[in-house]
Amino acid sequence: MNAEIVATQFRFAVNVLPKEGILDPQGRAVEQSLPHLGLAGIGQVRVGRRVELAVDAPDAAAARGLVDHLARELLCNPMIEQYAIEALGAISAARGEVGG
Amino acid sequence: MSIRVGVVVFPGSNCDADTAWALSRAGAEPVELWHEHADLGGVAAVVLPGGFAYGDYLRAGVIARFSPVMRAVAGYAADGGIVLGICNGFQVLAEAGLLPGALLRNRSLRFVCRDVAIRAERVDTFFTHRVAERGVLRMPVAHGEGCYYADEATLDALERDGRVLFRYVDDDGNPARVEDRENPNGSLRAIAGVMNAAGNVAGLMPHPERAADALLGSDDGMLVLRSLVESAAARVTTMAAGTGR
Repeated sequence: MNAEIVATQFRFAVNVLPKEGILDPQGRAVEQSLPHLGLAGIGQVRVGRRVELAVDAPDAAAARGLVDHLARELLCNPMIEQYAIEALGAISAARGEVGG
Repeated sequence: MSIRVGVVVFPGSNCDADTAWALSRAGAEPVELWHEHADLGGVAAVVLPGGFAYGDYLRAGVIARFSPVMRAVAGYAADGGIVLGICNGFQVLAEAGLLPGALLRNRSLRFVCRDVAIRAERVDTFFTHRVAERGVLRMPVAHGEGCYYADEATLDALERDGRVLFRYVDDDGNPARVEDRENPNGSLRAIAGVMNAAGNVAGLMPHPERAADALLGSDDGMLVLRSLVESAAARVTTMAAGTGR
């Protein structure tokens, strides 16, 4: 079938973590709880935030550009945090397609 | 002449009424500034009160940064307007880039609500000229994210330029170490408040408006608020003189 694609939604996750060397009391609290679980050999725990979102855009590069802008301006404070964008795939809607 | 001082009200602000009350005790006429309005109504100074602006979702203070009122506050600050952020207001100013550094989760991971002792490191500013030199002030803190952080170079620059406004101090009046109880959140270099380079924007984590009457345990906060109101009055007078008659 040759349906014309009229919109594509690109899905992403933005993973935000405290920067290296920044105090991460949540990560430390998790580490301190490990002995209570009887677990050994686990360290360097850092606790961050994961934001998932969908973007309407003409192509993947444009979508990623928007997400990068959002991450820099809002989701992440670059003074204390770093982020990585993860692509989660795309969903295309074609003309005439019956919505579910 | 009454000195009109704006108190910004975000959804989630909860110290706005106390701040307005304390400002009127300091001689000002408080004016509420709603977060959706980009007009500051010609006030002589702006205070961003404590609370949980926009629920403090994502990071404390960050979403408030994009509100219409904050765009106006940024322009006001750029023009030399006097702006003070208290607690959540400090977080908002830091997130908006109007003040250096960031307020991290308290080192203890606990919300801390108790009296602390702070020392004014500068007594020649819009915010502290009423504070006796090296005087220790007692006022409450109430926050979960008040651990002041900036990189070493920024901290050195702040100290060199005299932009550290308040520090948490111990019983001897010395800056409290990050692990000391007197440093309620583990702030680097015991920093409780800072100023911008121009000296017209400041923020602090403790609540001067909650130390506004001796009956409530301390009126030390009035020294800060009176300083602000007097500075605002002086600025209005200067500006009126500057525009001619």
